[in-house]
Amino acid sequence: MKTATNGSLRIGFYVCHCGHNIGGIVDCPAVAEYVSRLPGVVLSRDYKYMCSDPGQELIQQDIREHHLNRVVVASCSPLLHEHTFRTAVERGGLNPFFFQMVNIREHDSWVHTDREEATAKAKALAHAAIHRVRFHRPLETKRVPIHPDVLVVGGGITGIHAALTLGNAGKKVFLVEREPSIGGHMAKFDKTFPTLDCAACILTPKMSAVRSHENITLWTYSEVVKVQGYVGNYTVTVRRKPRYIIEELCVGCLECVKSCVYKEPKFLDEFNVGLSRRKPIYIPFPQAVPQVVLIDPERCLQVKTGKCKKTCLEACADRKAIDFSQKEELVEIKVGSIIMATGFKLFDAKRIPQYGYGLYPNVVTSLELERLVTSSGPTSGEIILRDGSKPKTAGFILCVGSRDTRSNRWCSRTCCMHSMKLAQLFREHTQADVTIFYMDIRAPGKGCEEFYDKSLREGIRFVRGRVAEVTDWALAKEEEGKLVIRVEDTLAGFVRRIPVDMIVLAVGMEPQADAQEIRRMFNLSCSTEGWFLEKHPKLAPVSTFTDGIFISGCCQGPKDIPDSIAQAGAAAAECMALIDKGYIEQEPNTAYITEEECSGCKSCIPLCPYTAITFDDAKAKASINEALCKGCGTCVASCPSGSIKQHLFEDEQIFSEIEGVLAY
Amino acid sequence: MKYSYFPGCSLKGLGRAYEESLLPVMRHLGVELSELDDWNCCGATAYMSVDEEEACILAARNLAIANSNGGHDLLTPCSACYLVLNKTQHNMEDFPQVRAGVEKALASVNMSWKGKVKVRHPLDVLFHDIGVEAIRQKVTRPLKGLKVAPYYGCQLVRPYSTFDEAWNPVTMDRILEALGVEVLPFPLKTKCCGGSLTGTVPQAGLRLSYIILKEAVRRGADVIATICPLCQFNLDAYHSQIEKSWGAARIPTVYFTQLMGLAFGMSPRELGLQRNFVPMKPLAPVAW
Repeated sequence: MKTATNGSLRIGFYVCHCGHNIGGIVDCPAVAEYVSRLPGVVLSRDYKYMCSDPGQELIQQDIREHHLNRVVVASCSPLLHEHTFRTAVERGGLNPFFFQMVNIREHDSWVHTDREEATAKAKALAHAAIHRVRFHRPLETKRVPIHPDVLVVGGGITGIHAALTLGNAGKKVFLVEREPSIGGHMAKFDKTFPTLDCAACILTPKMSAVRSHENITLWTYSEVVKVQGYVGNYTVTVRRKPRYIIEELCVGCLECVKSCVYKEPKFLDEFNVGLSRRKPIYIPFPQAVPQVVLIDPERCLQVKTGKCKKTCLEACADRKAIDFSQKEELVEIKVGSIIMATGFKLFDAKRIPQYGYGLYPNVVTSLELERLVTSSGPTSGEIILRDGSKPKTAGFILCVGSRDTRSNRWCSRTCCMHSMKLAQLFREHTQADVTIFYMDIRAPGKGCEEFYDKSLREGIRFVRGRVAEVTDWALAKEEEGKLVIRVEDTLAGFVRRIPVDMIVLAVGMEPQADAQEIRRMFNLSCSTEGWFLEKHPKLAPVSTFTDGIFISGCCQGPKDIPDSIAQAGAAAAECMALIDKGYIEQEPNTAYITEEECSGCKSCIPLCPYTAITFDDAKAKASINEALCKGCGTCVASCPSGSIKQHLFEDEQIFSEIEGVLAY
Repeated sequence: MKYSYFPGCSLKGLGRAYEESLLPVMRHLGVELSELDDWNCCGATAYMSVDEEEACILAARNLAIANSNGGHDLLTPCSACYLVLNKTQHNMEDFPQVRAGVEKALASVNMSWKGKVKVRHPLDVLFHDIGVEAIRQKVTRPLKGLKVAPYYGCQLVRPYSTFDEAWNPVTMDRILEALGVEVLPFPLKTKCCGGSLTGTVPQAGLRLSYIILKEAVRRGADVIATICPLCQFNLDAYHSQIEKSWGAARIPTVYFTQLMGLAFGMSPRELGLQRNFVPMKPLAPVAW
């Protein structure tokens, strides 16, 4: 330890072992010893865990006892602990910005294997920080108020739960859903695993609660088209597509649907995944929320051609809820935080042609079977083949578009359980022989292994092996007229041909088709697969790298209903934490203008992504609104006269930092 | 449009009907074919499994000739040749040690592989270079009412599916549709015909041929259209043996180019159709 002084500068340096994370590769005592000999350093220590309470206490004590006026800590990424150490410095009695952090973990020990080189790099980085911290100046953090309203994007079970949680806590919520009704995928399910309780019975009360909630503004058939601003102060533009129905006037009596000039339903019904038909004027499904019809502009004769008898208008003569003059509307709202609950899409089974989806009519997807099983579905709950007969045998193929290097590598997590649930219902409805073809059965959820056990005991057969192909050519008499599953039974150890009447493909989950556009609009990161990326996989699972925007449910990755609900609640709690605090502290790393040097060229003004720069006509100088500046540095770099500078990134700070690295 | 042409041994022997139909059809579509001078056996799949480098030398000699024959794309109708020449190209590109050996051997007879010649299948050329529309316009005698099972065999799309889908190739389907025929959904499109097993282990090989034949019959096909000389031979030549072991499945198997020729108004004899063991029934408007 060194106690000599160097002018008025009194720097304390700490190098953290982080257990073996840093200490295993970097020779921390050697770094401390090296730094202790640098000018201005009065104290240099190495310590096991600087972020621990005793570590922080050490800094505070040293500041007081050794009259330190600058502190440098070499440890992990500033993302993790810069705030921790600044607070410690402040508690010690110094301005928190008389502190500099050196990242020798992510930037050094984690990415190098040579001890000597890693130690040399740590010394160079420490040297740079010691140089830089000399030029630090005291700064004040500023507080920006948080707008208390929240936007929830997506009205599936995740978005519904998030909106209700916030609404119940007294927060104002905008729930935006692009489909004509909320409910998402769950609304299409018959029962839910592993309890086999009726999906509609537990979902529809929540859907109507959203509709009637005083704190929730529900906009269905609407999409977010623009997001501006930053945490606490987002301005969001929502496009409300025309339903050609005045929502407030429609009571969902469906008289208009009955009277439509199309006497029979003609067009494929999206809600029943194409298994039934609807008219151009329709309600998505009986429990839809809002309970309001809509007109499909692609199908309605009046909207398309302007030539129709408009029998629907007559049917609605006393309420006058139909309005063909409706136009698309853009609405701007202000919110402080946003919850993404945009969900997933199902894997397109046609991408695996060997399973015959689209070629053989009795090869269906799990969602199609779900609609067949549901009592409100197209067959009123009867499982039938395309020719109307009842299947006597069925095969479920798992991992279609999951755990497959040729399509999607990830496990979709729900299909094992979902298929077992469907298989149990299948047997209940038809008494058919049901075989599940699987690679591994993944049933880790609560009550799920027990459900697997129940499936086995109820006589559902399980064959372990990835199905090679589904075909309709017969080798033996009993195969004729059937679909044949060819599979290597990896437990029995031979190739089998198993004839069945119906095949159900357990299609996996994929990111929404427009996930990339949405991601850009909301400034989110994506995993390589296209799922929205959380800030930390363990410690910040619903936060994102954009402050004030949270993710929940399947837009973050495949998950079942309980997990989606849990994330929805977590995201809602994160929003409440922001709202109830009332303000956010902003880094004082804002840009500022040295007025005498500004030439008034205005080149910075259009560059600012936060519209923080305005032009003061009286002075003919640019002026920066500190409350709006996010410290991105774009204007600083572009200013031709060098008159824009930035706190914490002053020229002398950066140059001395570079000198420090080079001087080692 | 000009292409180099590598017939391979089949098209001069058992599969001569393929060449007899391919050449006039290509000419009719304005395609000029220039047969390689002094071409040699491609080595087929047999040689590849004995000594891969020597097999590559054998095949690469043809590529070298094609290279000095103007460097045009090399039209290779036989599936085995197509696979072996493509495999050689890949080996030469991806494995420097193979390339070194091959180039040395070629240099000793003053030849060189330059890697520029692309090996192309007639389906690829007809579908991508000439186009279905141009073929449709040449049809003077649409083959209306003829039900065809399209059979591609294994080698065209495996392991390299360069111009069509590996699991469900469709280029021949589209070409046949342009002739006016009804193309049946045929999930056995790329199933093995038995290959050389029909000669070595007939009970195993012929059973595979039988499955394809009887499925084509069951689906109501009048004729199987194929693109490979060995498939055509296996599906056409062994009917009496197949019948004895598993039952009758009589259906003619012809080259897709023969159907094209018929639709272009050419005579069956011109197209080598008289060579079939199981003859194709005369089409109503066609005089045999």
